[in-house]
Amino acid sequence: MQLYRSHVLVCGGTGCTSSNSEKIIAEFDVQLARNNLQNEVKIVKTGCFGLCAEGPIIVVYPEGAMYTMVKVEDVKEITEEHLLKGRIVKRLLLSSGHDAKDADEASSSLENSEFFKRQMRVALRNCGIINPEQIDEYIAYDGYKALGKALTELKPADVIEILKKSGLRGRGGGGFPTGLKWDFAAKQPEGKKYVCCNADEGDPGAFMDRSVLEGDPHSLIEAMAIAAYAIGSDQGYVYVRAEYPIAVKRLQIAIEQAKEYGLLGKNIFGTDFNFDLEIRLGAGAFVCGEETALMTSVEGHRGEPRPRPPFPAVKGLWDKPTILNNVETYANVPVIILKGAEWFTSIGTEKSKGTKVFAVGGNINNTGLVEVPMGTTLREVVYDIGGGIPKGKKFKAAQTGGPSGGCIPASHLDTPIDYDSLIQLGSMMGSGGLIVMDEDSCMVDIAKFFLEFTVEESCGKCPPCRIGTKRMLEVLERITEGKGEEGDIEKLEILAKNIKASALCGLGQTAPNPVLSTLRYFKDEYMAHVVDKKCPAGVCKSMMKYVIDADACKSCGICAKQCPVSAISGEKKVPYVIDQDKCIKCGVCMEKCPFKAIFKNV
Amino acid sequence: MKSLAELEEIRKKTLEQISLRKSNDGMRVIVGMATCGIAAGARPVMTAFVEELNKRNMTDVTVTMTGCIGVCRLEPIVEVIDKDGNKTTYVKMTPEKAVRIVAEHIVNGRVCADYTIGEADK
Ligand SMILES: Cc1cc2nc3c(=O)[nH]c(=O)nc-3n(C[C@H](O)[C@H](O)[C@H](O)COP(=O)(O)O)c2cc1C
Ligand code: SF4
Ligand code: SF4
Ligand code: SF4
Ligand code: FES
Ligand code: FES
Repeated sequence: MQLYRSHVLVCGGTGCTSSNSEKIIAEFDVQLARNNLQNEVKIVKTGCFGLCAEGPIIVVYPEGAMYTMVKVEDVKEITEEHLLKGRIVKRLLLSSGHDAKDADEASSSLENSEFFKRQMRVALRNCGIINPEQIDEYIAYDGYKALGKALTELKPADVIEILKKSGLRGRGGGGFPTGLKWDFAAKQPEGKKYVCCNADEGDPGAFMDRSVLEGDPHSLIEAMAIAAYAIGSDQGYVYVRAEYPIAVKRLQIAIEQAKEYGLLGKNIFGTDFNFDLEIRLGAGAFVCGEETALMTSVEGHRGEPRPRPPFPAVKGLWDKPTILNNVETYANVPVIILKGAEWFTSIGTEKSKGTKVFAVGGNINNTGLVEVPMGTTLREVVYDIGGGIPKGKKFKAAQTGGPSGGCIPASHLDTPIDYDSLIQLGSMMGSGGLIVMDEDSCMVDIAKFFLEFTVEESCGKCPPCRIGTKRMLEVLERITEGKGEEGDIEKLEILAKNIKASALCGLGQTAPNPVLSTLRYFKDEYMAHVVDKKCPAGVCKSMMKYVIDADACKSCGICAKQCPVSAISGEKKVPYVIDQDKCIKCGVCMEKCPFKAIFKNV
Repeated sequence: MKSLAELEEIRKKTLEQISLRKSNDGMRVIVGMATCGIAAGARPVMTAFVEELNKRNMTDVTVTMTGCIGVCRLEPIVEVIDKDGNKTTYVKMTPEKAVRIVAEHIVNGRVCADYTIGEADK
């Protein structure tokens, strides 16, 4: 056995892989060999650390020094300075977020940075700590111990009882109590039953499930085996979107390793429990994340929803009792079994226990993955962990729940976030996408963005969704083009109500939410568009004009030369003018005018 | 996997290998590795520590490096910090001395007084 004095963890998540972490690993191999350190320093490829925007991320232990935005050229310096001489390369350290006053304040250890200090990692406990392609490392951090405990010490009913007591609710959207779901399936007559995992992750901007699959795939395998034991199943399926190649590969490797160790297969832990797991690839349609559509797709048919009841717990895959849970939901299960329901209920709020992972994006300094206890306020997530809004801009709203959710305005920054408070605010938890918008965002435009997404993704099976959302989008397009008519807002409200009441599946039923919630908090902005034909944020292009200030214009002609569509004309000594019919609002002229004589008129 | 015992064995074995990624409160060996330290032969000293600890499976001891400690004439310098934070500074280190320090100080808690900084200045 080889012990190393230092471990260099290089992030191999999707974010960092696309910013070249593979090349960095290769370069470390070269540099370590050159300095004869290969027997002292070990390079470990891990899953996502959650700070993808700062990637590629490297953490050097035992110091725990976190280097960000590392370039291939930096590897030589890290090797020669830090690994050889023990001098931390300060310029590459993660600065401690918004309040880093100078380089010396940059935190040298990742546990101490604002970004990590305020988080609580349960579902992401191993991400960025273990090598996901080595089952032994997962086992080292108590992996498969919960499965062992369940199989050898607990009866299936005990497992369900622990889950029920823990108060764990589904992390995939609805927040349905997990223990209850398992109980329904367990109570079905004995026979073939299935355990499924929803790793479709269709919400644009969400990537927490991908991170678990990439960073800690065994936690999913272990949890699904526990679920199978609890409900009396011997076969599981993980439904992953094919656009997640790294996640799929790591899961594949993990499944093989688990099989080799006999943690999947027959007579696990010497008991008579058998369990096998297969991966099914989805083509990445949003509707395939809906549970009935997903199961239809696993069966090999076109992924379309079907009416419920019957619920999957009664008739799911191939008409057999089936449970479906989200990746993050499963990732919590082994910890709950090991640490107990009481420990879990000590975290979170009265009706929402444990933690939630959010993929924070949009106008925020630290984009990335954060895991916080339920009940954490939006302000803490945005300002303390997220480092606030770039360029000192003001916070306007945050969108949660993706295309099914809604926005939370600044007046609710201090509301503790949990399933129920979000519903009350007219949004929902969803899978955990959290998009921050600053004062320059147009809320009508945001609503349009999400509706465009649903119109695109509607499977077309039922008319309220297929036609209704299209009609809503047409109204919104009209409004953002400055062609809104009186009564348009009421029209949106009526359409929304009808679609919600009559669509067949969750996609259609929730599609109007982004419109309804922006209407609820930002009606004045809709009014400005419809009545005054103005976009207060200056986003909706057709309502905005570029104009030349005749007094400031020096008739230099630079703008006219730069304009891609020759919309500007003029001559010496006379101020130039923009032909609004020709102008395509590219903004080039404003940028190029040396005298700042061109303005955006909203 | 036939039993929990088997799982526990893998857990223990692997945890030893990766334990340095967890903050630990075991003993720390800090080797001065600035230019003068390296010139004076700090690298073989550090390698000797790593190998010796490795041989004995002492995974709760971390070996790290630091820059110039400021007394270049006594390099290579090694500091051993025990669980209670007591610091012992060893000077003019050699790989042979490193082996003895592991055996006596780190394993048995007896400071090798004859190698310490106080002794060297007498
Ligand atoms: C249109 C639509 C898309 C969905 N997409 C996902 C998804 O990508 N991932 C997911 O876990 N759940 C998704 N869901 C929720 C699932 O239907 C289901 O409730 C969930 O996977 C159950 O797991 P949970 O109880 O662990 O949350 C979606 C639902 C709808 C209506
Ligand atoms: S609501 Fe939309 S996505 Fe769902 S079944 Fe109807 S058309 Fe398809
Ligand atoms: S670049 Fe500015 S100053 Fe020059 S002609 Fe255009 S508007 Fe006038
Ligand atoms: S905004 Fe673009 S298209 Fe319009 S006048 Fe300026 S340069 Fe020409
Ligand atoms: S992928 Fe590297 S930090 Fe997320
Ligand atoms: S890929 Fe970025 S958080 Fe993981």
